Amino acid sequence: MSGRLRNKVALVTGAASGLGRQSALRMAEEGALVCLADIDDKRGRESERMLAGRGFYLHHDVTCERSWQAAVAATLDRFGKLQVLVNGAGIARDGDDIEACDDDRWQAILDVNLTGTWLGCRQAIAAMRRAGGGSIVNLCSVLGLRGSAAAMAYSASKGGVRLLTKSVALYCGRAGLDIRCNAICPGYMATPMGPPAAGAEESRRLIAKHALGRLGDGDDVAHMAVYLASDESRFVTGADLPVDGGYTAG
Amino acid sequence: MAHCEGKVALVSGAASGIGAATARLLAGAGARVMLADIDADAAAAAAAEIGPAAAAIALDVRAQPSWDAAAAATVAAFGAWDVLVNCAGILRRGTVEDTSLAAWRETLAVNLTGTWRGCRAAVAHMGRQGGGAIVNLSSVSGMVGDADLAAYDASKGGVRLLTKSVALHCLERRLAIRCNSVHPGVIWTPMVENYLAASPDPEAERALWQGYTPAGVAPGRAEDVARPIVFLASDEARFVNGAELTIDGGGTAE
Repeated sequence: MSGRLRNKVALVTGAASGLGRQSALRMAEEGALVCLADIDDKRGRESERMLAGRGFYLHHDVTCERSWQAAVAATLDRFGKLQVLVNGAGIARDGDDIEACDDDRWQAILDVNLTGTWLGCRQAIAAMRRAGGGSIVNLCSVLGLRGSAAAMAYSASKGGVRLLTKSVALYCGRAGLDIRCNAICPGYMATPMGPPAAGAEESRRLIAKHALGRLGDGDDVAHMAVYLASDESRFVTGADLPVDGGYTAG
Repeated sequence: MAHCEGKVALVSGAASGIGAATARLLAGAGARVMLADIDADAAAAAAAEIGPAAAAIALDVRAQPSWDAAAAATVAAFGAWDVLVNCAGILRRGTVEDTSLAAWRETLAVNLTGTWRGCRAAVAHMGRQGGGAIVNLSSVSGMVGDADLAAYDASKGGVRLLTKSVALHCLERRLAIRCNSVHPGVIWTPMVENYLAASPDPEAERALWQGYTPAGVAPGRAEDVARPIVFLASDEARFVNGAELTIDGGGTAE
């Protein structure tokens, strides 16, 4: 532990798996105390055990404002303050192209990925104001930068997160809050969320879109989350940072 | 002026502002145009001004059945549907902190979900028909943020990426439907005027908004956006797809 996040308190959503879990673990290694929030209690408690006393799991539905209030309150109760929010909760669905996607799927993806992120920003700012500052890290996607035929609502939601991030950054700057807000845009990840189970040929095609010749893993993104959460990134705000192995370079 | 002879266009939000100008210029370029708006009377008046090449229909972009009815009416009136311009949009003031859940949902429902519904209806029809063109109204707010427009920014950022997904899907399926987004800066339409009038200090806000257009550049008018939209709708733009065109007098170039 090198203590880059010593004395910082973080709330991480989607912390039961994938990028959220990995971000929470790396943050804890750097000295942060972490509230692990998710709707998957079983794997959330697994994350809690991996954290070895540096945080606790909390059931939290990001689409519900009251649930956000409760999550922030629980974090304050336990650790006394909140300085870092990682909006890691997100969903992707099969059948998400312009012809296949139905109302329920579209709305669910927007609710979790976009509205959930906004609600989190809003609740976090109030708590961070009392803490004297903070850092919000929104997990966006390369699909917030580039399109995908097979991920329409997902792309739309992430395009929304990308711009919401800038609005939040500008608002906090104008208000003199010393709260930064940035978006990480991961390439395709070898995590539970995703890419959908595909044939070998499609997998090769997907991997080939990343200049480094592999999909990302949770730590690739977690390292960026730690940096953005830490004071090392004190002049970085409103940015959308690709962590994509070169996906958007070509 | 780009040529749109023989094309049939449906323009949402066509009762005023950029939508009305687009409908007028499309008709001037030879297209027949269905002006669709939630304000059906105003759409009918705008269509009457254009003349026999235009018709009007009520459209609530939030409701898929309303889209289905507008699409059917367009085909019934003009025999085809080649062009969709998703102009309907709302602009509400609100920061990340003071936007209400209702305002957030309403902005997404009209600007983002409404555009998606239009694309869905258009792809279904134009796919069967053998091709077409869709132009989605995003904004410079889909490119750069604004502290006072949290929900608007999110909705327009969504439209920007939705557009690319639709373009890519149509390419994959060989549907010959192009889909592009335009990103206007400050355009002096009723939407903007209403926004300024409702702001806490309208005169200060107006000065701020005037400043978004570089000094020496004439204030943006609806026609300044409508002309590029007509180009994107026409076959002259046949190699333009999934693209984003900023129309802001250079305001976001810096």
